[in-house]
Amino acid sequence: MWERVKTFASEFFVTGDPLIYGADVSIVITILGIVIGLTYFNKWGWLWREWLTTVDHKKIGIMYILAAFIMLFRGGVDALLMRAQLAAPEMNLLPPDHYNQIFTTHGVIMILFMAMPFMFGLFNVMVPLQIGARDVAYPFLNALSFWLFFSGAMLFNLSFVIGGSPDAGWLAYPPYSGIMHNPGVGQDFYIWGIQISGIGSLMTGINFIVTILKMRAPGMKLMKMPMFPWSVLSSCIAIIFSFPILTATLALLFLDRYAGAHFFTLDGGGNPMMYINLIWMWGHPEVYIIVLPAFGIFSEIVSTFAKKKLFGYKSMVYAMMIISILSFLVWAHHFFTMGSGADVNAFFALTTMLIAIPTGVKVFNWLFTMFRGKITFETPMLWTMGFIPCFIVGGLTGVLLSVAPADFQFHNSYFLVAHFHQVIIGGVVFGYFAGLYYWWPKLFGFKLNERIGKWAFWFWNIGFYLCFMPQYALGLMGMTRRVVTYGWDKGWWEMNLVSTIGAGLMGIAFLFQVWQIVYSVKHLRKDETGDPWNGRTLEWSIPSPAPVYNFATLPHVTSQDEWWEEKQRRLQGHPAPAPVKIEPIHMPKNSGIPIVMSMFWFFTGFGFIFDWLWLAIPGLVGVAACMLVHSFNYDTDYYIPVEEIKRTESAIRGVTS
Amino acid sequence: MQHDMSPSHADKNHGSLKSYTIGFVFSILLTIIPITVVMSGWLAGKASAIILMVTAVLQLVVQLIFFMHLREEKKPRYNLLTLILGLIILLVIVIGSMWIMMYNMVAL
Amino acid sequence: MAQLHDSGLTGHQVSHTEHHDHPDMEEMRTFGFWIYLMTDVIIFGTLFAVYIVLQGNTNGGPGPKDLFQMGGIIASTFILLTSSYTSGLAVLAMHKGNKKALLGWLGATVLLGATFIIMEINEFTHLVHEGATISTSAFLSAFFTLVGTHGLHVLLGLVWMIALMMQIAKRGITPVTKRKVNVISLFWHFLDVVWIFVFTIVYLMGVS
Repeated sequence: MWERVKTFASEFFVTGDPLIYGADVSIVITILGIVIGLTYFNKWGWLWREWLTTVDHKKIGIMYILAAFIMLFRGGVDALLMRAQLAAPEMNLLPPDHYNQIFTTHGVIMILFMAMPFMFGLFNVMVPLQIGARDVAYPFLNALSFWLFFSGAMLFNLSFVIGGSPDAGWLAYPPYSGIMHNPGVGQDFYIWGIQISGIGSLMTGINFIVTILKMRAPGMKLMKMPMFPWSVLSSCIAIIFSFPILTATLALLFLDRYAGAHFFTLDGGGNPMMYINLIWMWGHPEVYIIVLPAFGIFSEIVSTFAKKKLFGYKSMVYAMMIISILSFLVWAHHFFTMGSGADVNAFFALTTMLIAIPTGVKVFNWLFTMFRGKITFETPMLWTMGFIPCFIVGGLTGVLLSVAPADFQFHNSYFLVAHFHQVIIGGVVFGYFAGLYYWWPKLFGFKLNERIGKWAFWFWNIGFYLCFMPQYALGLMGMTRRVVTYGWDKGWWEMNLVSTIGAGLMGIAFLFQVWQIVYSVKHLRKDETGDPWNGRTLEWSIPSPAPVYNFATLPHVTSQDEWWEEKQRRLQGHPAPAPVKIEPIHMPKNSGIPIVMSMFWFFTGFGFIFDWLWLAIPGLVGVAACMLVHSFNYDTDYYIPVEEIKRTESAIRGVTS
Repeated sequence: MQHDMSPSHADKNHGSLKSYTIGFVFSILLTIIPITVVMSGWLAGKASAIILMVTAVLQLVVQLIFFMHLREEKKPRYNLLTLILGLIILLVIVIGSMWIMMYNMVAL
Repeated sequence: MAQLHDSGLTGHQVSHTEHHDHPDMEEMRTFGFWIYLMTDVIIFGTLFAVYIVLQGNTNGGPGPKDLFQMGGIIASTFILLTSSYTSGLAVLAMHKGNKKALLGWLGATVLLGATFIIMEINEFTHLVHEGATISTSAFLSAFFTLVGTHGLHVLLGLVWMIALMMQIAKRGITPVTKRKVNVISLFWHFLDVVWIFVFTIVYLMGVS
C-alpha cells in the first residue's frame, strides 16, 4: 500500500528539482499563513461576504488587479530565470526540458493571466464610473467571469508542482503538443487552464459591450463618451469574435489528445498547419485586445495632464474601431514561412502594414493634445511619455517584420522576441501601470508615493531598453528564440549579458512598485477631494473610494469632458446644480454561485487532465446544478433605501465639504 | 427602479401567426429545393453547389426575418450591427482558412 | 440602474421621474444573449472551416458517400424545422397571455427536439458500428465534432427548456419568464439555422 502511494506521489507531484521543492515549501507556508491569519483574526465571514461573493464591479476589479500582480510576479520570475540561463554561454542553470517549460509558462501567464486580468480589472473599476452607471450590465456574470479566470489561472499554475508544466510554447503548436510527442499532463493543464479562463473572458467581453451601449448616463451620446470606454468597446468587439475561435481550437486539440481524433496529428489525415492557422486567428486579435484599452488610458491621461481637450476625438474613435476589425485580417503574418504561396503572403503583408496607419493617427493625436498644453509630469503622465517612443520603435520593427520576404530572415529569431516585448511591455504594461497610478486614488482614496514611483519608472525604462535593444541585434546575428544555451564561438555573450542586466533592473523596478504601495499605505495621506489630478471625466465627480452605488443621483451629461466643463461652469460663478431628490437605488444581490460554480469547473478540468472521470463527471454535474439553481432563483436584487443613501453620502461628503 | 413594461412596448416585435406560418412554409420549400436537386441529380458540380448555398442563405434570411424579427428592431440597431459584424468575421474565418490551407503548396 | 443613452435628456434640471425611462433590464438581457449567439456563430464557423479544410482527408477510410443515409437525415431536418415553428408559436401564445398554450407549444418543441437528438444518436451509433469513429480519419473527426457540437447545443436547449417550463408553471407569465422564453426561442431558431448549414454543407454537398 505504502509503495503504491509512493509511486503515485512521485508521478503526481513534480520531483527532482530543488527550485521546485523550494516553491513547494513556500506555497505551503503561504497558504498556511493565509488560513491561520484569517482564522486568528476571525475574518472568514468577512472574506466571504465582502469579497468572495461580491458582485460589486469595483471589488471585482480590485481582485482582478491583485491576481494580475501575483501573476506578474510569477511570470517575471520565469523571465529572470530564463535571462539568468542565457547570461553566459554554456550555462547549466536550467536543464533544457525545464527551460522549455519556463518559456511556455512565462508566455501564457504574461498574456493570459497577467495582461488579461489586469485589463479586466481596469475595465471593471472604471468603465461604470466613467459612463455614469451604477454597475455593469450583468453583475452576476461579472463575478462568474472573475472566478472562472481565477480557477483557470490556479489550474494552470498548479501544473508547476503537480503533474508537470506544459512545454510546447505559449501557443502549443502541434504536432509537438499532440499526445504522440507530449504524453504527459502538462499540455492538458494548458488546455483546461486557458479554456476555463477563456470562457470568463468571453463573458466579460459581452458584459462590457452591453454596459457601454445600454447603460450610459442620460445625455451621454456615444460621441460624448470618454475615450477609455471607447477603447474598451473596441477591445470587447475583438474579444467576442476572437475568443470563440480559441475555445473551438483548444477543444479540437483536446479531442486529438483525449479522444484520439485526427485534426492536427501527423497521421490519420490530420494537418498541424490548420491549428497554426486557427490559433493565430485568435492570437492576433488578442494582442490588439490587450493594447487597445492601453490606448484609451493614455488618451485620458494625456488630456488630463496637458489640461486640454483630447485632440482629434473622432479620428481616435474611428482609428480604434478600424484597428479592432482590421486585427482579424492579418493573422497569416505569423506564419509567412509556412509556405502558403506568394499571393497569400502578399495579401497579409499589405493588411499588416495598413494597421500602422490608424496607429500612427493615434500617436499624432496624443502629440497634438500635448502641444501647447500646460503639462505636469506626475507618474501617470511619465508612463505615457515613456510609452510613446517605446511603442513607436516597437511598431516600426513590426512593420519590418510584416515585409514577407524579409520575415523569412527575422522569423523565430530574437528580433521577433525583441519586437513583441517592445510593443507589449512598452504599450500594454506601461499603459496599465499608467492607468493604475492614475486611478489608484479613485479606487482606494489616496495617492501612491510619487518619489518611489519615479524610481520605479526609471528602473523599468532603463531596464527595458538594456534588456531588449541588444536582442534586436542578437536576432540579426542569428540567435533564434527558445534556445536554451549557445556556444562561446557565437559572439553573442556580451549582448546577452547586457540583456540579462536589463531584465534584472526591471525586476528591481517591480520591487520598487511593491515598496511604493506598502510605503503609501503606511504613510497614508487621504485624498479628500475625490479629484486629485483635476480630472475631466465623471469618475472624478464622486468621492473616493466610490460608494457601493457609485452615483447617489445619476448625472446628466451635456458635453464630452463633463466634469471639467462642470468645474468651469462653477468657476464662472454658475451655481452647482440643485440637488436632485434621492430615490431608492436598485442593486444586485451578492451571490455565492459564481465561486462555487468555478470550483466545479476547476474539478472538471482537473479530472479531465488526469483522466479521472470520477472527478470530472461530478464536476460537470455541479456546474449544471449551479446553473439551474441560478435560473430558478428570482430573488436577485434589492433596493437601497433613501435613508441609507443619505447616511452614506453625508458620511463621505461630510469630510469633503 | 421598477420594471414597468407598458403593454404597448411589450407587444411589439413578436410577429403574428401569419408571419410565422409564412416563414415556416418558406423554410420547408427552401429545404425541399436543394434536396430535390441533390437526390435527382439534375445539376452537378458547381451549379448544384451554388443552388445549395443560395437556398441555405435564403433560409437564414427567412429565419432572421420571420422568426427572429430582425426587421422590427428599433434604432439604434445594435442587433443587426453585431449580426453583420459576426457574419463578416465568420466569412473571414471560413474563406481565409480555405484560401490559406487549400491552396497551400506545401500541404498538397 | 440602466438608462437609455439616447433618451435625449439634457441639462441638469430633469425631473427625477424620468429616471425610470430606462430600457427595461429584460430587454438588455436579451441583447446580451444575442451577442452570445454571435460568439456561437464564430464557434460553429471555426468548426465549419475545419470540416471544409479536412473533409477530403479520409485516410483511405470511408467518405461521405459511403456513410451518410439521407433518409433519416432529411426526416430529422424537417423535424427540427417544425420545432423552430412550434417554438415561435409558443412565443406568440405567451404574448397573448395564454399560459396553457405556451406550455403546450414549448412541450411540443421539446418532444420534436428530443426526437431529433434520438435520431442523431442512432445515426452516430450506426456509424460507429460501421467502424467509422472519431479516430478513423481527419474527415470523421471533423464530422463528429461539428455535428456533435450542434447536437450538444440542442440537448442543452432541451434541458433549459424543461427547466423554463417548470418556472412558467410556477410563476406564470412575468417580465422575467417572458424574457427567458424570448431568449430560448432565439436560441432555438439559431440552432435551426446552424442545422440548415450542417445539412447543406456536410450532408447534401457530401453526397452530391
